[in-house]
Amino acid sequence: MIDNSFLTKPVFGLDSTSKSEFFIERLRLLSLHHYKSCNSYKKLLDAINVNPEEISDSSSIPFLPVSLFKQYDLMSIDSDDVIKTMTSSGTTGQQVSKIYLDRNTALLQTKALTKILESFIGSSRLPMIIIDSSSVIKDRSMFSARGAGILGFSIFGRDKVYALDENMELDIEALEFFLKKHIGKKILLFGFTFMIWQHFYKLLKENDYYIDLSKGVLIHGGGWKKLENQSVSQGKFKEEIKAVCGVEEIFDYYGMVEQTGSIYMECEFGHLHASIFSDVIIRRSIDFSVAEIGEEGIIQVLSMIPESYPGHSLLTEDKGILLGEDNCPCQRKGKFFKVTGRIKNAEIRGCSDTYATNFN
Amino acid sequence: MQKLEGVVIPMQPTSISIQLLAGNENYDEMPHLKPLVPFDDTVISFFDELSMILMKHPQGRDFPDVITFGFFIRKANIKRQMKSYTCLRSNVGRGVSFHIAPSNVPINFAFSLAVGLLSGNACIVRVSSKSFPQTDIVSDAISSVLEKSKFSDLKRYISIVRYQRNNEINNFFSSLCDIRVIWGGDNTISELRKSPLPPRSFDITFADRYSFCIIKAEEYLDMQNKKKIAIDFYNDTYLFDQNACSSPRLIYWVGSAKLVSQAKEFFWSFLHEALIDKKYKLQSMTAINKYTASCQSALDYNNVEIPKVLDNLISRIELKNLPEDLPERTCGGGSYFEYTDDEPDKLFDIVSRKFQTLTYIGYTRSELNSLFIGKGALGIDRIVPCGKAAEFSLIWDGYDLISHMSRVVSID
Repeated sequence: MIDNSFLTKPVFGLDSTSKSEFFIERLRLLSLHHYKSCNSYKKLLDAINVNPEEISDSSSIPFLPVSLFKQYDLMSIDSDDVIKTMTSSGTTGQQVSKIYLDRNTALLQTKALTKILESFIGSSRLPMIIIDSSSVIKDRSMFSARGAGILGFSIFGRDKVYALDENMELDIEALEFFLKKHIGKKILLFGFTFMIWQHFYKLLKENDYYIDLSKGVLIHGGGWKKLENQSVSQGKFKEEIKAVCGVEEIFDYYGMVEQTGSIYMECEFGHLHASIFSDVIIRRSIDFSVAEIGEEGIIQVLSMIPESYPGHSLLTEDKGILLGEDNCPCQRKGKFFKVTGRIKNAEIRGCSDTYATNFN
Repeated sequence: MQKLEGVVIPMQPTSISIQLLAGNENYDEMPHLKPLVPFDDTVISFFDELSMILMKHPQGRDFPDVITFGFFIRKANIKRQMKSYTCLRSNVGRGVSFHIAPSNVPINFAFSLAVGLLSGNACIVRVSSKSFPQTDIVSDAISSVLEKSKFSDLKRYISIVRYQRNNEINNFFSSLCDIRVIWGGDNTISELRKSPLPPRSFDITFADRYSFCIIKAEEYLDMQNKKKIAIDFYNDTYLFDQNACSSPRLIYWVGSAKLVSQAKEFFWSFLHEALIDKKYKLQSMTAINKYTASCQSALDYNNVEIPKVLDNLISRIELKNLPEDLPERTCGGGSYFEYTDDEPDKLFDIVSRKFQTLTYIGYTRSELNSLFIGKGALGIDRIVPCGKAAEFSLIWDGYDLISHMSRVVSID
């Protein structure tokens, strides 16, 4: 529906001036589109008195708190056009985000992800090990964040194997068969950070079982919260994984189901990078003003992809620090940053009680 | 197994699990103590001595709530409070009161103890299992006063205890008591109600409530002390992160659109100054929650306006009508709904049982009396001037606590 010529631009090759011209225009058009097509979005913009026509810089694009997608069904398309509904991961009882995709947005997601990943693993498809269980993607109409991630990254694999069986145990037989078949070749490994640690690394280590993945490239995402609880730092993660399977190239990524496709990949220098499809703004909690480079704040993420739902500008519940723009030693242009953790729940005084939570 | 008037008292759970902070550890003895009369002389002098320790406490500067409590229990104040109770001559305490204090208003347990004793009851007070310096300051002071020989008998009437969530202990204390006083809201109430009470005993419950503020714009604009009003409003709200039951969440402005808009400008900018003066600390998640609450209101209601404000300390949501589900929206941390009308009567459309405290600016007591009293509103238990929302009184949440916690002996 909107001009898609941005897809042909170099994904990490434009500096801030050349990127901002079309980036702001695309975001303005997206805002306008959602304003016209999504009544909830319109109500919000009207309430805060923002005219989407007048958006002139990326920091003035209104942002939605990401939790809104848990409480509301937000979409800018006719519900007949929904081809996929993606949900965030959440334990039983927790509310999950619901993201509605039409054909076009789903396609844009795939294209953006492809372009971003090419910068890290090249354009040829690789034999791929998915460090998860195939049972995650059984229902193809409802995608959890995990399932969506696996399917999204799967397009880079040509011969795929799931490393874990239905009980989340290592499928050694399948792995050995796979490795024998692709001996000496570059292999793509993909999984979620915590799953890799809990169900892949730990089992290899416990069983003293070494598999040679020294030609592998491991891409992982999903956040560090659970590993921080186990005191596993990013450095330790890399070190330990390398020790059990020899994989040298390990890339983390930052992304969320609300902005699938336009993910932020970690470069060789450990920096997360915004691509041509996305931008990141760090905001101060006191007034949501834009923080300086090096100053910790709340992460706002912007994406050129979401057309079927108003998720192109979101205020996350993560903290981060902008490290720089256009000058990362990895040569990739654009902003680069790091995520410093989840924002912790507010400790509130008052007499509304928390008996249950305190005593459990 | 003991029996008291035919009711089986469960065995006291192993004493290790109950930590005694002050007073009597012999809990089983309590139901056998003689009830006192309301405003008993020994009780008054005990609180007066406690007051002297707390008011001079070296840590008092850090804990104004301890000082406030100390001020409340001094003899002169209690005597003043007594004046409204001349009709209680033939009352006597009900026996044992069991108090469950909330887990996030540290000083509340002390006020609960005060009403329990002043109405003539022995008191078992369970303080929050979270540790607060205020709890220790007050319990230690209680212990030291109770050491005096003149209070050796009174000591048997007081147990300040702490324990982790435990139904067995709840059952035990509940079985001993004549009145159970449950602070802390709906969840705590339903949790405690799993523990049976003896047949004649009852609960005094402090459930989740909703409070609001009414401001007459014209009068407010004429007021000279806008700075003080802002501090009063701060004390009603931000002092407890706007999360006390009595903290206003809705501001009902009365007046013409023009006057109200002028009044708002003054009111919010003075409040902002007060927030800066008091160095109110806004947590990141609170900022996000407040913004989310504004967005939700914009989506759920029609024609909502979220005015641009300096920063995230004050979040305002302007409503064109008053929805019934407002009491469900309890964001806290300084998130305010605003509604404007020529007359205050629209309030009646939404006042439900959940409504507790109405604070006011620019009204007289008699005006509010004729507006609200006897008009059949389901809610509103307190109408107090702005600044007094959190001020404890012996009448709270619609209960006259002294009368409720004592027994009337009728003599003809």
